Amino acid sequence: MLKRFLTWAGFLGSLWAQAPVDFIRDIQPVFEKSCLSCHGSKLQMGGLRLDSSVLAAKSIQAGNAADSTLFQRVAGIGEQARMPMGGKPLNPVQIAAIKAWITEGAKWPEAASAKTAEIKKHWAYIAPVRPALPAVSKKDWVRNPVDRFVLARLDQESLTPSPEADKVTLLRRASLDLIGLPPTPAEVDSFLADKSKNAYEKQIDRLLKSPHYGERWGRHWLDVARYADSDGFEKDKQRSVWFYRDYVINALNRDLPYNQFLVEQLAGDLLPNATQDQMVATGFLRNSMINEEGGVDPEQFRMEAMFDRMDAIGKSMLGLTIGCAQCHNHKFDPLQQEEYYRMFAFLNNTHESNLSVYSPADQQKRAEIFRKTREIEAELRHRSPDWAERMVRWEGTVKNDQPEWQVIRPEVDDISTGGQKYALMPDGSFLAAGYAPTKHTAKFTVKTDLKRVGGFRLELLNDPNLPQNGPGRSTKGTGALTEFTVEARASQSKDKTQAVKIVRASADVNLPEKELDAAYFDKTKKRRVTGPIEFAIDGKDETAWGMDSGPGRRNVPRKAVFVPEVPVENEGGSELTIYLSQKAGGWNSDDNQNHNLGRMRLSVTAAVDPKADPLPANVRQILSVNAAQRSPAQTAVLFSYWRTTIPEWKASNDEIDTLWAAHPEGSSQLILSQRNEMRRTNILMRGDFLTPLKAVEPGVPSYLNPLPKSDGAPDRLTFARWIADRNAPTTARAVVNRTWQQYFGTGIVATSEDLGKQADTPSHAELLDWLAVDFMEQGWSMKKLHKSIVTSATYRQSSNVSAELLAKDPYNRLLARGSRIRVEGEIVRDITLAASGLLNETVGGPSVYAPAPEFIFQPPVSYGPKIWNEEKGAARYRRALYTFRYRSVPYPMLQNFDTPNGDVSCVRRSRSNTPLQALTTLNEPLFLEAARALAAKTLAEGGKTDESKLRFVVRRCIARDPNDGESATLLRLLAKQRNRYEAGGLSAAELVEGTTSAHPKELAAWTTVARVLLNLDETITKE
Amino acid sequence: MYSNQEDAKTIGRRWFLEQCGVGLGAAALTSLCADASTNPLAPKQPHHAAKAKRVIYLFMAGAPSHLEMFDYKPQLAKFDGTLPPADLLKGYRAAFINPNSKLLGPKFKFAKHGQNGAELSELLPHLATVVDDIAILKGMQTDAFNHAPAQILMNTGSQQFGRPSMGAWSTYGLGAETQDLPAFVVFSSGKKGPSGGNSCWGSGFLPTVHQGVQFRGSGDPVLYLSNPKGVDAELQRDSLDAVQKLNQMRLDTVGDPEIATRISSFEMAYRMQTSAPELMDISKEPKHVLEMYGAEPGKPSFANNCLLARRLVERGVRFVQLFHEAWDQHGSLVKDIKINCQDTDQACAALVKDLKQRGMLEDTLVIWGGEFGRTPMVQGGSDGRDHHPNAFTMWLAGGGVKPGMVMGESDELGFNVVKEKVHVHDLHATILHLLGFDHTKLTYKFQGRNYRLTDVAGEIVQQMLA
Repeated sequence: MLKRFLTWAGFLGSLWAQAPVDFIRDIQPVFEKSCLSCHGSKLQMGGLRLDSSVLAAKSIQAGNAADSTLFQRVAGIGEQARMPMGGKPLNPVQIAAIKAWITEGAKWPEAASAKTAEIKKHWAYIAPVRPALPAVSKKDWVRNPVDRFVLARLDQESLTPSPEADKVTLLRRASLDLIGLPPTPAEVDSFLADKSKNAYEKQIDRLLKSPHYGERWGRHWLDVARYADSDGFEKDKQRSVWFYRDYVINALNRDLPYNQFLVEQLAGDLLPNATQDQMVATGFLRNSMINEEGGVDPEQFRMEAMFDRMDAIGKSMLGLTIGCAQCHNHKFDPLQQEEYYRMFAFLNNTHESNLSVYSPADQQKRAEIFRKTREIEAELRHRSPDWAERMVRWEGTVKNDQPEWQVIRPEVDDISTGGQKYALMPDGSFLAAGYAPTKHTAKFTVKTDLKRVGGFRLELLNDPNLPQNGPGRSTKGTGALTEFTVEARASQSKDKTQAVKIVRASADVNLPEKELDAAYFDKTKKRRVTGPIEFAIDGKDETAWGMDSGPGRRNVPRKAVFVPEVPVENEGGSELTIYLSQKAGGWNSDDNQNHNLGRMRLSVTAAVDPKADPLPANVRQILSVNAAQRSPAQTAVLFSYWRTTIPEWKASNDEIDTLWAAHPEGSSQLILSQRNEMRRTNILMRGDFLTPLKAVEPGVPSYLNPLPKSDGAPDRLTFARWIADRNAPTTARAVVNRTWQQYFGTGIVATSEDLGKQADTPSHAELLDWLAVDFMEQGWSMKKLHKSIVTSATYRQSSNVSAELLAKDPYNRLLARGSRIRVEGEIVRDITLAASGLLNETVGGPSVYAPAPEFIFQPPVSYGPKIWNEEKGAARYRRALYTFRYRSVPYPMLQNFDTPNGDVSCVRRSRSNTPLQALTTLNEPLFLEAARALAAKTLAEGGKTDESKLRFVVRRCIARDPNDGESATLLRLLAKQRNRYEAGGLSAAELVEGTTSAHPKELAAWTTVARVLLNLDETITKE
Repeated sequence: MYSNQEDAKTIGRRWFLEQCGVGLGAAALTSLCADASTNPLAPKQPHHAAKAKRVIYLFMAGAPSHLEMFDYKPQLAKFDGTLPPADLLKGYRAAFINPNSKLLGPKFKFAKHGQNGAELSELLPHLATVVDDIAILKGMQTDAFNHAPAQILMNTGSQQFGRPSMGAWSTYGLGAETQDLPAFVVFSSGKKGPSGGNSCWGSGFLPTVHQGVQFRGSGDPVLYLSNPKGVDAELQRDSLDAVQKLNQMRLDTVGDPEIATRISSFEMAYRMQTSAPELMDISKEPKHVLEMYGAEPGKPSFANNCLLARRLVERGVRFVQLFHEAWDQHGSLVKDIKINCQDTDQACAALVKDLKQRGMLEDTLVIWGGEFGRTPMVQGGSDGRDHHPNAFTMWLAGGGVKPGMVMGESDELGFNVVKEKVHVHDLHATILHLLGFDHTKLTYKFQGRNYRLTDVAGEIVQQMLA
């Protein structure tokens, strides 16, 4: 390297013969042509400016070109990218000139230098302060401070605000904005009838209290949180994360302060006495995609997920683009690559866990089981006052009844299907990860020094990275062992290995024979079962040792011991090959059908005829603690086990078992949990996890607020508190800006994902700061923020626009009018369902399979077959945010209306207007179903005359009454359809198929009218 | 080139105000607006004169074996059953196998074809007949060796999700030549869908109008294309007229040009209802054409999709992408690759022939290839290969690509590229060049920086250009 450098440098020296170098003649033109676009007055990438001698100084060591970064970078010396970045390299003469100029002392005439001595800090990196309210022209227009800023800007542009929208428009607008549903005609009537001064405010308060508020604004956060119900990538398997979705909805509904909302999502698990909700909140970070296609390196995709988390935090919480620094120092913002990885380090110490979670009702049931169990146990102790002495005696009999086991650390190989990966853990166990074949045999090869092997032990251990903590890999954290076989030969032998005949097996769990769950259906007609450990040595692929002892008790370590007919004896030790056949999974390895062992450890013993220790691992662990030092909780655990060994307590033991049999199944939720041991975080060359450059400690970028104080070393919770800090310059701005964007179509800063130096100029910089400060000072209350915005005169303007105003301000950045925006995809559907009366208003719960064409979930559209059991009942009509979301196969209706699929964090949706949308609203089955239902409702409730019916149906769609022209058009359509049905030119029965109307022709004619209304631009637009 | 959607709309709206005024009759309005710049898919001029006006990309998902089809390695046959040289494997990561697995010789016979004597295996008898019309790149290289990331990389230039696909970039840069059909159409055939899923043809951060629209070889070609049951043509037209009339009234009242766009979207949808079924009806194709492709009306197949691709580009569709997923031969290599080639070889060759006969090959670029290659080492017993990113083969035809060319060379084992390496980014740069773009200038500002298909890399492969 050095040699190359010397040659190259020497070569350059020889190119510049004419001395001395003249800065103005030889150097400045080069800077101007090739450098200043990135290192000039407008941009100072890396903080460097090459039009100012002062600000260029850090790249120049006068007299020493070789050590000057300016020279190194343009000459392409060293590891960093050559400058100009992305452009043509300077020619050798130019490089030589720069070298000679530096060598000669880098003389820079003062007159040729810009006068700026320091780089101005970008506005968004300074914590906002509350600005003074500006003077305005029309004080009487102003309703709250928001309006002062907006009006001041309009004054500057000599524009005047639009008049207030009429009451119906206003209520529909506020309803769509706050709860994502249109107002019912009754709500409209009640508002119209309310002549009180605060009638509008009362409506706002009603809407903010509605449980649908959390759904509407929750959906926006779910975009940001890249929420989806599947893993993404090839397999795109279902995942259970709807508890997180409901957490978001509930948090918004109870107006959880935004700063706390952020802290819980980044580090809820680290809060003192974390609640289930706070654990669930960390699902935010777990919403990253997971790749379990065959052959993946799990660490590679863990890192991909980490990058995704950084990206999501950057866009959503910080409002900053930080992803660039994954590979190099940020070009435009002062973020250094090292700083990126220091933030990364805060997040890098987690397990990718999956927790059992319970609804409030289930939590009560659990509490009840625990309480009753304790009561029964107390009763046993009460009835047997000598229980303590008896337990001590029992302890003495079991304490040392186990032979010595030697853990073996084999090479591991998946021989049948391949692809499952294993990580060797410090305790000698293996953790399976990545692809999970549903039927496979894992092969372990090991050499042991033991001269005699009298038994083999397989331990199955818990691990926070396994579903429900394991010990298996099924969605319940269970596994099944189909067959355990061993081959052996003498250690140094080249002989063929000989099968070792296993004649006995024992285990700490032996459940009765039970047929496999439907989830493991393998398309064969065989009766496949799990049961006692004998099933693992019976030579049958249809039987397996099972360990699912039911909800609440299944996720515990297990062990089994296998005894050979004749001990394996070799004077020089043996080479053992152990096969763990696992064939109790389903037919489809692309789905959640594996039934594999998760974390396993193998041991051998010299003892003859060993048996599996019946004591659970946690009991064994407590026994190893000196009796005097045991906590009451430990003693209680010991008692709970010991009582099961007492024959005369059978009745009580059975009673407790019965209690546990009623334990709720619960759901699962992806969460984070903290590792005890810190992972080392490295700066990665170009973001490549295989090329670490240097280790870094957790930390935050120097140009943002400092880390808050923490009790021990700063951790993820400290990081969360840093983001949610009052002095964080971008956190509050980012969220108020995004909220503004949702109301007005564009944020005050249009680039809502990036407030950094490359951001668009704010349309109302002071308003942004006022909103941000007011938001924080009002306790980070989202609801108060919403109220400030929607009660402003700005928000209440009519959205009608004249050609002149449109020409002057096409995007309404100045806000001389209200914003007219097509609603988001979910709300398009929700409006349709609400108008038709079909809407099922249930809040929360598992995602639903709304009507969709079946074939899109099957190959060759989908990679593998996906579950889509179309809902038949009321669940068909749930709000669209509850529609199950597969990342690789998005729900078509929502996709056509720009709903993001959750691959990456999305803070700003695209808003298109396409023929596919028209086809969807015209022809998609659920839209037609809604039109039919709306027609039926109209006939039932719309009064006697066509006019009254028409008013009814129009108001259900667009809240207002139809005008004469509209009525005439619609009544003409109605009349024509009636004629066609009467004349038999068209079959009414087909259009209203599935309904039981007494007047199918009338229903069909009105269905046509309803369908037209549901297709109107106005129906799916917030005016 | 405008940098973002908002600019496009500004231009559109300004135009709208000046040219249309507010309050024109619905009919005049739709005809005026349908072809004008209110539509982000209106035709646009690229940076320089384009050689290729449209693209048909035959994506062989799952990754075909270059060693069985294109890249003949007699040495690999010779060393069959021996271990590969250790220094070759340094730093090499394989998906499934232990890299230190035995070499596996090619499973099929090769022969020379065409004027330049390009070598093809016996699996490709049909392609052999058009070998003088295609350019074979044996020096392809990629960064990823798992399916989903590699497919995403091949389609979007990045292994990370969230970037626009090549088809999306093309319609973003060029717009559409027809308003009656989507500008970017996608088909899937084979045993599975592509591993990268929907993101293979996604719009990423580009406006969603640029995402590929999935077509189906049977039934409704586009979702929700047919009128619902009970709605005949007359009722659909009557309903549409009422919708348009009411929308027009609203436009007159509120003045939002977005309503004008909605009106034209509905008209386009209506036209698509006629044009798409007509397009899909291949039964009207002459018998000899059907036979050339091996297409059978009413029986969805890769062959049908190839014929449909030709019909689509004829009608002005900008980018057609056919995914055929079945090439992941970890085992049963001989049997399965044979089936794959039987399913695809004839139709691929027919497509090239057909386009040429119609004079369309000149400005239609055809691309064939998977997401990576296969290992020279065996997987399993003796009949499978693992994923291999270091060297693989693709071919291109038409659209300004030099015909009859073989470029690039892998080493004697087909492991690494030793000559004329073409990285995925280079391929992308070249494709954009053929479409008339400087790949460093076709950009979109997002998250504070200008993104492009080739990210920070990509060199045009000059040698490939006709």
